[in-house]
Amino acid sequence: MNIHTTPQRTPAETALIDAFDDRLSLLPGDGTVMLKRDDAIEAIKAGLPTRRIESWHYTDLRRLLTSVPDFDPAAAPNAIAPIVEGSAVLPVLNGVSSTKMPDIEGIAVQRLSEKLTDGSIAPGLDRYGTDDAIGALNTAFVADGYFVDIADGTELDKPIELQNLQSGGQTHVRLAVRVGAGAKAVIVERQTGEGAALVSSVSQLLLGEGADVTWLIVQEQPDTATHLAQFKAHLGKGAKLTLFVMNAGGKLVRQEIVVKTTGEGADFTLRGINLLAGETHTDVTMVLDHAVPHTASTEVIRNVVTGRARGVFQGRINVHQYAQKTNAKMACNTLLLSDDGEFSTKPELEIFADDVVCGHGATVTEIDHSHLFYLMARGIDEKTARGLLVKAFVAEVIEELDDEAIVEALEARLDGWFVAHG
Amino acid sequence: MLEIRNLHARIVDDGTEIIRGLNLTVKAGEVAAIMGPNGSGKSTLSYILAGREDYEVTEGDILYNGQSILEMDPAERATAGIFLAFQYPMEIPGVATMEFLKVAMNEQRKARGEEPLKIPEFLKRVKDAAALLNMDMAMLKRPLNVGFSGGEKKRAEILQMKLLEPKLCVLDETDSGLDIDALKIVSEGVNALRAPDRAMVIITHYQRLLEYIVPDSVHVLYRGQVVKSGDKSLALDLEANGYAGVIGEAA
Repeated sequence: MNIHTTPQRTPAETALIDAFDDRLSLLPGDGTVMLKRDDAIEAIKAGLPTRRIESWHYTDLRRLLTSVPDFDPAAAPNAIAPIVEGSAVLPVLNGVSSTKMPDIEGIAVQRLSEKLTDGSIAPGLDRYGTDDAIGALNTAFVADGYFVDIADGTELDKPIELQNLQSGGQTHVRLAVRVGAGAKAVIVERQTGEGAALVSSVSQLLLGEGADVTWLIVQEQPDTATHLAQFKAHLGKGAKLTLFVMNAGGKLVRQEIVVKTTGEGADFTLRGINLLAGETHTDVTMVLDHAVPHTASTEVIRNVVTGRARGVFQGRINVHQYAQKTNAKMACNTLLLSDDGEFSTKPELEIFADDVVCGHGATVTEIDHSHLFYLMARGIDEKTARGLLVKAFVAEVIEELDDEAIVEALEARLDGWFVAHG
Repeated sequence: MLEIRNLHARIVDDGTEIIRGLNLTVKAGEVAAIMGPNGSGKSTLSYILAGREDYEVTEGDILYNGQSILEMDPAERATAGIFLAFQYPMEIPGVATMEFLKVAMNEQRKARGEEPLKIPEFLKRVKDAAALLNMDMAMLKRPLNVGFSGGEKKRAEILQMKLLEPKLCVLDETDSGLDIDALKIVSEGVNALRAPDRAMVIITHYQRLLEYIVPDSVHVLYRGQVVKSGDKSLALDLEANGYAGVIGEAA
């Protein structure tokens, strides 16, 4: 009697492994990079993560990723208008970067394919843990993207907008940015497209001493696309990072945020909005390490859930033993607008230092009836009044960004979503 | 303009009857003051007129220009010209005051079949109204009522009333929380809106407000009924002798 113990590969796993064999000869990379790719595909061969892996408990990727499209070399989309007028646009069109580089003082841009070919990006391709399935998928397949280097002391007066635009098939992109000491920049990461694509996108950000960056992730994939993304950042001494994430699309979305404060006085702010509709699944998972003393972080996530959408926020804050005087606050608030919608929140605080201030809170609410009455008592019909209140619930987080051009741009994206889903 | 007939109403949640057979008639152009001790049903009456769902009318009717409004929702009542100046205006974070004013004015115009206001015209109206009420435009850039002092909230209510040009104004304890200067400004704002085709129901606890907004009629509300009606001298009488006498007569 034979007993088969090898788990059956899912169609998606098989498709990924086959695709790797097909693509291998086309993927750029020196010896080190190619070894890392081999390593990464081995992790995928071991199986996509299931709910039995703690960090994937609410997003069983093995079950949810039901199919994987082929690579589609078809006509690439065109770059789109940036959300803030006058931004320097760096488009990645169906996984391919542009050869045309912006000419801005203090900024050096390179195609990521070159950094793969010469191996200089190799260290960034390492996975951050054994459960890093997105890192593995991206490392195996990444072919292009950008490397942006902002010189010390550079202060940009207009944002840089990195566009990752897909038109179907698979795209695996990496966006790496180094911000020099004392430099100041606003960086917009657009993730959108038109196809039933599988997108993996990894952003890595290195902030030098005293650098000050606002990074906005605007994800508006169609409800046919699977979007697996990761944002990794290291904050040096006195560096300040405000990360704003807006998820307003996608069929299956996982946005991971992995941040380490590695220098004293570093300050991290996360503001997130998840606008969830239809039969979609969206997961925002953050792992934040306070690794040195005197660092601060605040995280506020606001979710609007309609239809049969499901959402997840996992926020893990690790305060290392040496990281005294850490100040960390996390909140996740959900406005549930339908009986069939669902949102799961898992805050985790792992604190090994004894002199810290850390807290978290989570709420799930419906629309406040006294607010609704007040608006209606001014002649605003119920549907419009509800719309105003729902928008207000998330707009509050946007207004905190305190930069008129950015606030206006994001509110326009928000309005667009409400027009489509209100 | 307003005719309340044998109105009975209760709190939906627990069934407590608050309004118990209330009768009141207010003509166009009339300013009627409703006075009464705490718990007599004054604020409840204002909410019922505006259509708050927490209260249920069990008997009687409310006629506005001869038509029953009981089946109308708050927005329909507002568009028909009924305005409630809240005793405690809600703070609504995330809703910009200017945006709110624009939506409210244009929604009402739309319901009446009028074109939406053009932005310059809208801004002009708001600026003019704010100037009359001695309000800083910077305040209107903030989220609706958020961080406004008690007096600022009351002024904001009168500003909305002025902009929306209602026909029946219900002012619930507009004087509470106002210092004497603010009280004067608010009263001037209200008096400026007095018109032959507009009625006002002024709910107040004290006679003080009625020195500035002189009523045509005064009605004493007690345990959900109007127990006594008179002219402005009734308010002075209440101020001098308290409610006990009037209530005693009723009981």
